Amino acid sequence: MKVLVPVKRVIDYNVKVRVKADQTGVDLANVKMSMNPFDEISVEEAVRLKEKGKATEVIAVSIGPQQASETIRTALAMGADRGILVKTDAEVEPLAVAKILKAICDEEKPMLVITGKQAIDDDSNQTGQMLAALLGWAQGTFAHKLELGDADAKIEREIDGGLQTVDVKLPAVMSVDLRLNEPRYASLPNIMKAKKKPIAEKTPADYGVDIAPKLKTLKVTEPPKRQAGIKVKTVAELLDKLKNEAGVI
Amino acid sequence: MASLVIAEHDNKVLKEATAKVVTAASQLGGPVHVLVAGQGAQGVADAAAKLQGVEKVLLADDALYAKMVAETMETLILSLADKYDAILAPATTNGKNYMPRVAAKLDVAQVSEIIKVVSADTFERPIYAGNAIATVQAGAGKKVITVRTTTFKTAGEGGSASVEKIAAASDPGLSKFASEELSKSERPELTAAKIVISGGRGMQSGDNFHMLDKIADKLGAAVGASRAAVDAGFVPNDYQVGQTGKVVAPDLYIAVGISGAIQHLAGMKDSKVIAAINKDEEAPIFQVADYGLVADLFKAVPEMEEELTKLGY
Repeated sequence: MKVLVPVKRVIDYNVKVRVKADQTGVDLANVKMSMNPFDEISVEEAVRLKEKGKATEVIAVSIGPQQASETIRTALAMGADRGILVKTDAEVEPLAVAKILKAICDEEKPMLVITGKQAIDDDSNQTGQMLAALLGWAQGTFAHKLELGDADAKIEREIDGGLQTVDVKLPAVMSVDLRLNEPRYASLPNIMKAKKKPIAEKTPADYGVDIAPKLKTLKVTEPPKRQAGIKVKTVAELLDKLKNEAGVI
Repeated sequence: MASLVIAEHDNKVLKEATAKVVTAASQLGGPVHVLVAGQGAQGVADAAAKLQGVEKVLLADDALYAKMVAETMETLILSLADKYDAILAPATTNGKNYMPRVAAKLDVAQVSEIIKVVSADTFERPIYAGNAIATVQAGAGKKVITVRTTTFKTAGEGGSASVEKIAAASDPGLSKFASEELSKSERPELTAAKIVISGGRGMQSGDNFHMLDKIADKLGAAVGASRAAVDAGFVPNDYQVGQTGKVVAPDLYIAVGISGAIQHLAGMKDSKVIAAINKDEEAPIFQVADYGLVADLFKAVPEMEEELTKLGY
């Protein structure tokens, strides 16, 4: 079966985010960009499925500027077979991403789409679920463990109270949580090999999707800053402060 | 502009998150209805009917909704959507699971994890792990919103809304609940606790978390953890506080052996008072802590237990 893995190019998770002075957004100029960490887990899971003989082909898709092809190359170096870059310099909201992915699914007919549960830039946590709804497919979000059959899958999910397992019919969309696996580092030979793997270039218009945003960002501001307080010397002093100064115990 | 709030519950108890979403919904200006989808959930519906600001409670009581599986929640909510201008749910793992399906089918953007209602169509929401706050305006069409419950007040009791039973919607037959393993604890839930004590990588093992359990029992606190501690297998996933785990804002947050990565701060920096114990005085957690104690936690935590006993806790 084919497995499709959407990957997003985002600000590297180690970079300190700075809000632009004109409040139009976050400063992305000359900032290190990487694959969304959750998407690395998705790619890893898909590649493992291929290594186990469950998946026949792993397709990495990214929607974004030309540089998003680097993100696809990372996925290819990890073991994905080919890529699709849907090129646009505009900001694309989760719903539009889901619509483009739906059109790609209609063409490619994967049995499983593996997404990250959220991207660490807009923290929306929507795309996988929206894609599943648009396709009329089942979903297993926040996946912790996957047992893949031929016509169905058992997905263990991280939920507020602990873990929950759902049985889903295939084709399905799975969104991954942190502890599904530990993504590999691409080896140098695989990075070299990845350069020869094909990446098809498309545009949102090729899929007939209008990517005009439905939400208007009026402004982006800094959150209120928390000031460092005082250092106490002893446990007894700490408890005294908590009890008598802060009044919280 | 009428709003529909999707209740969070476990078929027995209405979760406080619901009362917070009711507050957010009330701020939109129109009447507020609550949907309780569950099995054997009459008690939950009755509790929702008592929330102030709620005009009507809809109860869909059916085996289909026993675990609020996303695909069945989608068809149920869509069957009701016509009558509402806004649909709101708490940003719990349930709300995050079914709401985007509803938004996609209504062809509208979902506004995720709002922390403030600016006006009926404008909201504040954190992005980049809370390092920036975006003010967004929803376009035409229905508003589909998830609410970060830590920033809204709990709606009071004293209301007396009617409870109307409604039929189940169609079963898409795509997925079904198989099993669950829930953490059992006598302590308050992380997201609802007044005091939270969390451990990080510095705890070194799961066994050492029992030191925090003892403090938690004395203070009536919940126990949480950083991602590092969960990834290391010290404690289960549902302990995780942070950008991708739970967001908490208790009166007191005690961070023990937690360095204070951005991703962790995203989940707790709205706490009223933060206390931190860490042996590294350069740890970033001290930059947000009201009270910092530079100490070896393996000495400080047992000492804290003793001192609390002396103080009569």
